[in-house]
Formats: sequence, structure tokens, C-alpha cells
Amino acid sequence: MRRFTWFNATSLTLGFAFLYLPMVILIVYSFNASELVTVWAGFSTKWYGELLQNEAFLDAAWVTLQVAVISSTIATVLGTMAAYVLVRAGRFAGRTLFSGMIYAPLVMPEVITGLSLLLLFIGIGLDRGVLTIILAHTTFSMCYVSVVVSSRLVSFDRSLEEAALDLGCTAMEAFRLVTLPIIAPAVISGWLLAFTLSLDDLVIASFTAGPSATTLPIKIWSSIRLGVSPEINALSTLLIAIVAVGVITASLITKRAALRQEAEERAAIRA
Amino acid sequence: MRRVVLIAVPYLWLLALFLVPFIIVLKISLSDYALSIPPYTPKLDFAAGWEGIKAFFSALDFENFTFLTTDDLYWKAYLSSVQIAAIATLCTLLVGYPIAYGMANAPDHWRPTLMMLVILPFWTSFLIRVYSWMGILSTEGYLNQLLIGMGLISEPLTILNTNTAVYIGIVYTYLPFMILPIYATLERMDASLLEAAEDLGCSRIQAFWLVTLPLSRNGIIAGCFLVFIPTIGEFVIPALLGGSDTLMIGKVLWEEFFNNRDWPVASAVAVILLLILIIPIILFQRNEQKQREAEG
Repeated sequence: MRRFTWFNATSLTLGFAFLYLPMVILIVYSFNASELVTVWAGFSTKWYGELLQNEAFLDAAWVTLQVAVISSTIATVLGTMAAYVLVRAGRFAGRTLFSGMIYAPLVMPEVITGLSLLLLFIGIGLDRGVLTIILAHTTFSMCYVSVVVSSRLVSFDRSLEEAALDLGCTAMEAFRLVTLPIIAPAVISGWLLAFTLSLDDLVIASFTAGPSATTLPIKIWSSIRLGVSPEINALSTLLIAIVAVGVITASLITKRAALRQEAEERAAIRA
Repeated sequence: MRRVVLIAVPYLWLLALFLVPFIIVLKISLSDYALSIPPYTPKLDFAAGWEGIKAFFSALDFENFTFLTTDDLYWKAYLSSVQIAAIATLCTLLVGYPIAYGMANAPDHWRPTLMMLVILPFWTSFLIRVYSWMGILSTEGYLNQLLIGMGLISEPLTILNTNTAVYIGIVYTYLPFMILPIYATLERMDASLLEAAEDLGCSRIQAFWLVTLPLSRNGIIAGCFLVFIPTIGEFVIPALLGGSDTLMIGKVLWEEFFNNRDWPVASAVAVILLLILIIPIILFQRNEQKQREAEG
């Protein structure tokens, strides 16, 4: 017997107001004509115009996008492999160390990850730039991917894979034709997670980026240290809009795919 | 053969880009600061052969760690990070629990939407979410405008660049980490237990204290660790919302590295931070393990 009381309704309303009001204010004030951010002076889209003229921001956005696409793609491949190893490979020498290295980056403070990678890159004489940010982002996001994918691997019916092997598939074919389609929703959400983690990262990128490569968060960081600016409000609004549209579409697609897959899995078992 | 490749690729990647960097941090934390590029000594000289390696190891010492204990700044920063993280975790629990409780009691068809609304901020840039509070909390900010407009205060409050702003920032950004595990335990709870408690004469509030709260213990513990652990090493929130007197170890490490360029001390700070974090991480793991065993 669950009752939805007035107390529940109030705490949900206040809670979601707390979560969303700051972003709503940010979005509203991005259309403010005034240079003074906290004083409303009429509706205007001029800050968006100025943003699109700002070469430095556009360059940084391009670098960020490249880093995010490449690092999340490599991270998805490595993370899926790692998940497969954790769930299916059984015992092997150094397994404890391996799972430790998968879980440790999830709880590691970013300042430590950033510092240690920077010291490595300097130690081996690798010039800091886009490549080093990609390496750094791939390393921490592959761990997130492998956690997401391994939770799906654990829950799925292994007899389907065994059936494919019995019917003459090679291990590789069984993976490609049976396992991969089943874990695909998890792999996709792993990729999305890696992608947004990379887009979002300030601390690790600050350590591993050289003067030749600036990402959007680094650029945002250096301008908001001086205070609130209308241009950053406009940029934030664009980023929030992209994320909202992306997340909602992705969740609808993966939900539909997951439902279809579950139905197929059930049908296959019954048949 | 294929199995070896499958294991080796991610294994080697993590060894090279996760474990080796740590060993380097450990090594540099034992080195001395030097005015050179890179700014520390000794450097391992393989060309000198065995003698070089021996000279390298004999030059390592715990001087940086001793230094950390002699300068007040560092142990105060460690202590205040733990303190800020603990207070912020408690605040997040107080804000998050009623929300999770409301979600668990909400009609079934609302829940997917409510879940989505809690998770959505996760995907939005952390930096932007912290930034959004700068405009609200500043002296000319929206909050002060509102309070003055309502006639509640006559002078603007100073909130931005104080520890209060840091607490608000942490509660705001880490709230989903608290809500989700608590919601998960509350949702699984057998509602007939509450019915039984009320049949046996409990008031609704008593039933909450005696049944609901104890049964959501695991969620509370998990949520608290999920907030507490990352908060200790937090950098962005104290740097943007905190003041010059807000001491947090992540900020100290950043400044030691970027402003003072003292790599050995920054590395020593990192090593100690990690040692401090190991305790809550192990406790958290043990709690998760216990929960899994109880369920399995």
C-alpha cells in the first residue's frame, strides 16, 4: 500500500525545482540584451550571434568534438573487450589486478588521474595535444563502458551463445551474430556515456592538453573564472539543448530496441 | 590464442595508461624539486647502467611527505576536505531522501518520467551546472534580487565565494548519486510491511521511522559513499564557488602543480589523497558485497 501524500508531492516539486531552476534561469538570461548578466534588458539573440563569430570557441568546439568521437569509439571497443574478459574469460593470471584497474578509475579523483597521465606523457616525451587528450579520455571512459556492458553480459542467457556454437558457428561468428546484437543497447549507451564524459571533462583535459589544443570546457573555464558572461550563457544553453535532445532520442531508441530484443530472446527460447 | 589477444589488449592499455602513471607519481613524490625541465631530480639514468640505477634509488627520500606535515596548509586542507565532504554528504542526504521517497510513492506510470528527470542533469555538463549557480548566488545575483525585492533583507547576502556556496554546489551536482540508490531500495521494499505496522497500531510517522527508514539503510549508505568519495578530491566546485579561504585538497594539488610548478610536492599530495580515499572505498566495496550476498 503506497500512498502518494501531500508531503511526497511537495518534496518532488521542490526537489525538481531545485534541480531545474538554475538551468532555466541560465537559459532565460542567455536571451538577455544587457551586457550586465543579472539585469534584464529585453529579449535578444545577439549573444548567440557573437558566439558563432567567436573563432576561439568554434575551434575549441571542433577539437572537443574530435576528441569525444575518437576517444569514445576506442573506449567502447576496449571497454566491451574488457567487459567480455571480466564476465566470460574465467580465471587467468592477474585477473584481480585487471578488475582493480577497471574499477579504480571510477573512484579516482580527476586531479590525480590528470596529474599521473601528464607525468607519464612528459616522461616518455610525448608532445601534449589532441592525441594525449584522446589517450587520457579513452583510458577513463573505457572503464565506464565496461561496467555498463558487463552488467548486460551478466544478465543475458548464455545458452543462446552455446546454441550458436553447437550449430557450427565459430566463436567470432557467435559473438557477431548472437552476443553483439543482444548487448548492443548496452554498447550504445556505453558509447554515449563515454562521449558525454569526454565532452564534459575539464580537469583531466587541463592536465593533458598542451598549448596547441584547447577543448571547450577549458575555454569555458578560463572565461568563467572572471565571472558570469552572457556569451557563456548562450553557449551553455546550446549545450544543454543538444544534450537534452540527444538523451531523450537515445533513450527512446534504446528502449524500443531493448523491448524488441527481449521479445526476440523470449521467442527464441520458446521455439 | 584469440583469448590471449582479447585479454591482452585492454590489459596492456590499462597497465600503460593507468598503473604506470601511478608508479611515476609515486616515484616523483619521492624526488626533490629542481629548477630544471622537468622540474625534479633525480632522473633515472639508464645509460649509466647499474650504478645509475643505484644512484637513482639512493637519492629518493620521504622529504616531501615530511614537508607536508610541517606546513600547516596541507594537513588543514586534508582535514577541511574531509569535513566539507562530510557536511555536504549529510546535506545531500537530507535533500535527496524526500525526493527518492516521493518517487517511490508516486503512481507507477510516473516513475519512468521521474527517473528520466533525475538522470537528465547527469548528462549535462558538470561545469555548466556549477556555473549556473554563480549568477544566482553573487552579490548582485538573482537570489539577492529576489530576497531584496520581497523585502526580506535590505543588504545583499554574501554567499558566492564562501563555504555555503560550496555546499550548495555539491548538493546540486551530486544529488542524483544520492537519489538513485535510495530510490532503488525504497522501490523494492515490500509495501505490505507498512500495512502490517499500521495494523499493529503504528502511526504513519512511526511506521516510517520503524520500517521504511531501516529498510532503506543500504541505499542511504551507498548514496552517502557515492557522494562522499568523489567530493573529497573535488576541484571545480571549490575553485568556482568557494572563496580564497575554502581549503580543499584538489584545489591545493592543482595550485601546487600549475601555479608553483612544484611537481614533487603535488605528487606527494596526490599519494596522500589516495591513501585517505582508500578507507571509504574499501568500506563502500564491503557494503556492496554484503548487499549482493544478502540478495543472492
